[in-house]
Amino acid sequence: MKEVIKLEDIRRDFLVGDETVHALRGVSFTIEEGEFVTIVGTSGSGKSTLLNILGCLDTPTKGEYLLDGVSVRTMDKNSRATLRNRKIGFVFQNYNLLAKTTAVENVELPLMYNPKYSRKERYERSVAALKAVGLGDRLEHKSNQMSGGQMQRVAIARALVNDPAVILADEATGNLDTRTSFEVLVLFQRLHSEGRTIIFVTHNPEIVNYSTRTITLRDGRVTGDERNAHVLDAAEALAALPPESEQ
Amino acid sequence: MNFGNLFRIALKALGNNKFRGFLTMLGIIIGVGSVITMLAIGQGSKKSIQAEISQMGSNMIMIHPGEDMRGGVRLSADDMQSLKVRDFEAIRSKCSYVSLVSPSVNSSSQAIYGANNTSTSIYGVNQDYLDIRGYKVQDGDVFTDQDIKTAAKVCLVGKTVVDELFTNGENPVGKVIRFGSIPFRIIGVLESKGYNSMGMDQDNLIITPYTTVMKRILAVTYLQEIVCSALSEDYTDRAIEEITEVLRENHRLKEADDDDFNIRSQQELSSMMTSTSDMMSTLLAAVAGISLLVGGIGIMNIMYVSVTERTKEIGLRMSIGAKGRDILAQFLIEATLISITGGLLGVILGVAASYVVKVLLSYPIVIQVWTIVLSFLVCTVIGIFFGWYPARKAANLDPIEAIRYE
Repeated sequence: MKEVIKLEDIRRDFLVGDETVHALRGVSFTIEEGEFVTIVGTSGSGKSTLLNILGCLDTPTKGEYLLDGVSVRTMDKNSRATLRNRKIGFVFQNYNLLAKTTAVENVELPLMYNPKYSRKERYERSVAALKAVGLGDRLEHKSNQMSGGQMQRVAIARALVNDPAVILADEATGNLDTRTSFEVLVLFQRLHSEGRTIIFVTHNPEIVNYSTRTITLRDGRVTGDERNAHVLDAAEALAALPPESEQ
Repeated sequence: MNFGNLFRIALKALGNNKFRGFLTMLGIIIGVGSVITMLAIGQGSKKSIQAEISQMGSNMIMIHPGEDMRGGVRLSADDMQSLKVRDFEAIRSKCSYVSLVSPSVNSSSQAIYGANNTSTSIYGVNQDYLDIRGYKVQDGDVFTDQDIKTAAKVCLVGKTVVDELFTNGENPVGKVIRFGSIPFRIIGVLESKGYNSMGMDQDNLIITPYTTVMKRILAVTYLQEIVCSALSEDYTDRAIEEITEVLRENHRLKEADDDDFNIRSQQELSSMMTSTSDMMSTLLAAVAGISLLVGGIGIMNIMYVSVTERTKEIGLRMSIGAKGRDILAQFLIEATLISITGGLLGVILGVAASYVVKVLLSYPIVIQVWTIVLSFLVCTVIGIFFGWYPARKAANLDPIEAIRYE
């Protein structure tokens, strides 16, 4: 299998006042194409720092990071911006949709920063991505007219639209209720089954059961890296939930 | 990153905040509008002063007797008797750049007809005077050379005098009025010229041969003034040189002596008066320009607030692939769009306001294209200038911090 992500002894130090804080103290792992990896850890474990580095928002102090075969460590800001635009799809905890903007326009956003796409292509790809997340009937809804689950699905469509090498989800279910969380997980599992590489950063240990591999982070080091022998089906879990009292 | 997309992004962002955008624009709208209106008013009053002066005769040259020292006593110009009829004759015969020349002596008194009387001035001149000052005869005739030779008691009267003396609407031509104690027969009525820019009624006068005033009213042998017309405005300076030469020769002045006369041209008067209105319009435009500057600062202020408020959005854009320069361009385009739209609306407002001033206050208005182009350019530059700092701030945000900003 093709290696999408390869981390070699990643270290990241921050200077806080006079003190050096070691957020990452030598993290190494590889993620292959088509994996659904959860990265778990308590707050302060270095999970956010790792996510920033994986997302090319930050560069490691030391160590090598290859994204889809490209070395990120020596890249300047602008090249990293372009790399993010082409290779990474972000899904955030609080959706980060543009206010007063329709679903299609939100999904189009990454393509706006890629001169390769014409206006027509942009629209077509965005509509396709929205259909893929089950929002084909809400193309022109504005972000403030949608529920949390719908907004997160728009955000996932936005992460998909540039056909990225990896989807990075940061606590993507953190703001959602149980039912909607499972709906989103169902979506992630489906994307995984379609061959997408997904990295899901979370502190919720429950989610681990729905991924194929779990990397545990503690005090800036990888303390666990295991493949899940028994992956639960989110769709079943959703069906097993007690029916909503209302409606 | 192509410009079209950035433009669309900026337009969209502005569209999401229409009211705020409009308020920001208001500063620019008022700034540009007032610059255009103020300049239009300034230019208009300058034009009207110029028109009035050229109506008075733009190539007019006035010669007055100058101050002089006589035996150690400084005499005022009014007491001087240095201008004589022969000076007038010398100018008429020798000065080739002078087309018209007339002596002038005047006196003020009551004009009386029947039971009516009015205070007016009598001007003793020759026929050229009417052309030099731009008077036209509405009714009747001008006096003749023969009248000048005989110091005939004939006169032309202005509209104001007619209105005051002939209250029952009879035809004044042929009637005899008295100026002081001397009877004059009216041979013509002048067309009305109205008030001049200094508020003088140009119709309150009586015109008569200069010999009549000199001999019959003032009993003097000197002239108070000689007025001339240069061949055209361009020849004014040369005409003045010529007149100076002729007069110095006539007065037998030595090289070292000062002129004992003063020559002033209408041109000088014109530039003196327009310089006042120029200064006024510069002042008005400067005040308006300051309001434009304040408008620009308004843009800067709003853009700063906007950058802080949209930190999260900027973080998101950066994390999905916007480069610093894309963000910079977006905010710069937003600021420029505000100022350009404001500028366009300001031009419309300025032109409209100018016409309102023209129609309601019947004030002379001249809108020059360069004022529109200039104020529009200035406000565009202001938009870019004041948009730059906030845009720079946005572009330099750290995406990691920006996206977590609450």
